[in-house]
Amino acid sequence: MGKSSTEKDAQALFHSLRSAYAATPTNLKIIDLYVLFAVSTALIQVGYMAIVGSFPFNSFLSGVLSCVGTAVLAVCLRIQVNKENKEFKDLPPERAFADFVLCNLVLHLVIMNFLG
Amino acid sequence: NARDKVNLRPNIPRRSDGRDIVGIKQMTMGTFGTFTDVIHRVLKHSIELTTLSPLALSTAVVVAADPTLLRLGMARNLGLLVVILSVTSICGGAAIFTPISDAHRSAALELFAPTDGSFGSLEEAYEALRTLQILGVDKKPDIRSTTCTSVETTLWSPTSNLKDLFYALRVNTLLKCELNDEAFTAIASRLKDSVSDARSLLDYYHSVGSLSLIKDQTSEVDVLLGDADGVFRSIKALSQSDGRWRYSSSNPESSTYAAGIALEALAGVVSLASSEVDQYLIGTLKSDILKLFDSIEKYDDGAFYFDEKVLDARGQQGPLSATSVVVRGLTAFAAATSGSLNLPGDKILGLAKFFLVGIPGNAKDLYYQIDALACLENNRQVVAYEVAIPLILSPPATVLSLTSEEKFKVRVNTVLGRAAPPLSVKLMQVFNDGSKDASIIAQELKFDAENGIHVLDGLPKSVDVGNYVFVVEIVLHDPENKKLYATGGRIKVPIYVTGVIKVDSAEIAVLESDHGSIETQRKLDLPGENAVALSANHLQKLRLSFELTTPLGHAFKPHQAFLRLRHETEVEHIFVVGNSGKQFEIILDFLGLVEIFFYLSGRYDIQLTVGDAVMENSFLQPLGHVELDLPEPPEKAIRPPPQAVDPYLRYGPKAEISHIFRVPEKRPPQELSFAFLGLVLLPLIGFLVGLLRLGVNLKNFPTSPVPAIFAILFQLGIAAFLSLYGLFWLKLDLFTTLKAVGFLGVFLMFVGHRTLSHLASTSAKLKSS
Repeated sequence: MGKSSTEKDAQALFHSLRSAYAATPTNLKIIDLYVLFAVSTALIQVGYMAIVGSFPFNSFLSGVLSCVGTAVLAVCLRIQVNKENKEFKDLPPERAFADFVLCNLVLHLVIMNFLG
Repeated sequence: NARDKVNLRPNIPRRSDGRDIVGIKQMTMGTFGTFTDVIHRVLKHSIELTTLSPLALSTAVVVAADPTLLRLGMARNLGLLVVILSVTSICGGAAIFTPISDAHRSAALELFAPTDGSFGSLEEAYEALRTLQILGVDKKPDIRSTTCTSVETTLWSPTSNLKDLFYALRVNTLLKCELNDEAFTAIASRLKDSVSDARSLLDYYHSVGSLSLIKDQTSEVDVLLGDADGVFRSIKALSQSDGRWRYSSSNPESSTYAAGIALEALAGVVSLASSEVDQYLIGTLKSDILKLFDSIEKYDDGAFYFDEKVLDARGQQGPLSATSVVVRGLTAFAAATSGSLNLPGDKILGLAKFFLVGIPGNAKDLYYQIDALACLENNRQVVAYEVAIPLILSPPATVLSLTSEEKFKVRVNTVLGRAAPPLSVKLMQVFNDGSKDASIIAQELKFDAENGIHVLDGLPKSVDVGNYVFVVEIVLHDPENKKLYATGGRIKVPIYVTGVIKVDSAEIAVLESDHGSIETQRKLDLPGENAVALSANHLQKLRLSFELTTPLGHAFKPHQAFLRLRHETEVEHIFVVGNSGKQFEIILDFLGLVEIFFYLSGRYDIQLTVGDAVMENSFLQPLGHVELDLPEPPEKAIRPPPQAVDPYLRYGPKAEISHIFRVPEKRPPQELSFAFLGLVLLPLIGFLVGLLRLGVNLKNFPTSPVPAIFAILFQLGIAAFLSLYGLFWLKLDLFTTLKAVGFLGVFLMFVGHRTLSHLASTSAKLKSS
């Protein structure tokens, strides 16, 4: 008598997703964790701006864009490294990682310049 | 213009107490220009020329009209001469000349002050001493010793040139330094040689002049010229056909100044001749002098002068010096020769008037002026009186007031201010400047011996306020003196007669526009103070009327008769009050003036101005005010002109602006910022914790040494990059950073490539195995 069918379905869905996620390789999980970290940092910065106002707007932008940019690059890395992705079968993961590092360095150079 | 070179004291009419009258038009001076100019002037004066013979006038006109004659300079001059002779019988325009006075003496003392106890050169010393001696200045600068030593050294020195010798001898004549005959003998022979060797006019002048000066100072030395005729001829050879002279045979320019010194040199030759100079030569010279007089120039006020055509490069020669030197030469020549020259007395008087124009501003001009006047006056020492002595008539005051019953007075002196011979002055005619008729009076002036002034007892009956010309004549008591002195015939003296003008029946009224009936009328007390208060609207008229009468009861039209209405906003309007005879009236019809008044209603202050130079009681009086009621302005009406802003308001200092600096943005409190700093670091910690939970390990780290080093270097390179970014944010600029990035990037690329390719190869080996 407690749970309705939708609740049961939601719970069942949640469990299946959890078990499916557990099957992902560790390196992909590391990348997911990294993305989560970057996005949460961005959200905290947006919350701070909401409280104190956007006075040094360039600083706010550079902080948020740094987080968002690095998250996007990590997502790109995940796509390229994922073995189930047939598109990037021939791309060695080290190469993808090298791209990731290079793009991050360039992004952060620009971010540091814009930080003020 | 010859006048420009002389400091003029213009002929401002003076009251007897020395104050100047204001507002009188100056008599303009000008030279005779074209012939039409001559005729114009003659005709202008012809109204006053009651004794001008019609024959002379017609001759002049015929000569003027004939174009062939105009081309010939001589005939033109002849025509001029005819006109001049006929005009100068009434002596040209009216002007005042005053003889030498104390003003000249003080100017001479100022201008001829020696610097450091001596004058610059012997020439300057001579000019100074001669001027001061003529003027009779007692206080002479004490330069005798220095100047005498200079004279002696010049006379004794064998290298002095002719000019220096000449001036040294001239100074010696005045100072009478102790020089013995030895000095003179030494130079006399030298001078005689230079007379025979002379090439230019100046050489002749200096040498002959020095010899005649030695002759005056001592009779022991023989200075007579053997070949006087020859010297005379050689000097005469330099003369020109128009009476002027050249400086030397190589110099083609003829100069009037040269003519003057040539005459003086020739006079010296005649007086130094051991045997009589040929009379024929002297006769030709006299005709030369007459030719020179033909080219004399004239001013309107009767002054004659010789113009100098050649301009000296130093600008020193001009009409004043040329005329002065010619006068000196003339009188010297007249003294040396006998027989009459027949120079017309009015020209001599005209030359004297030229020199009495004013006080020159520099020493040389003052010397020329005084020297020439002395030559004109002092030729009474001569046996045969060739050149007449001019007498100058000058009134001490040219403004006479009817109210204070001032009398008409004149003084007659010689040019240097000395007393004239016994004479009487007669007032012949009185002209009113405006009307054409003249009253003939022929009244004699009484001589006041104490003051040396001739006084007229009471003005003629017909003299009212206004500008007059009194025509006077000098009558010499001794008939012998008539040949000696030049009196100038009929002399015109301009006199301003002032008086109190009576203002009668003054009243101001406001009339109805249509039928002219009087609404308000007030009597005014002019020229006293009034304060009437009227009011009018645009359908009415304002009338102001008064009468002006002279002391003798005639009508009087002043220069200025203005009515001024000024609005409270400072907009003002000025109207001229017209007259018919004695009655002055102005009617302001406001209906027609509404636009001119810019439709401004309100209070207008009324002011009346009546003024004239001969009116002693000119006045500018406020009469009161009128409240004017005008209709509203239509849309297209002209706005009144903006009134003058007080310049201190517009251009004065403005209010001070204090700068407001940019207010800095509000920053959040530091605690909040630190809190969020900690908050931002939380996800990093969460990331690290999550990594640990996932079981992150370093198993893939290469173990063999070379790849290991590369791997470490790779990590270090990334760390270096991040620290570089930190430094960049803290203190570096972009360019240094980019340079460092360039180097580090190359390094990292290399290291990273090695590491990652090694890792790739190991994982490929694992996969294949």
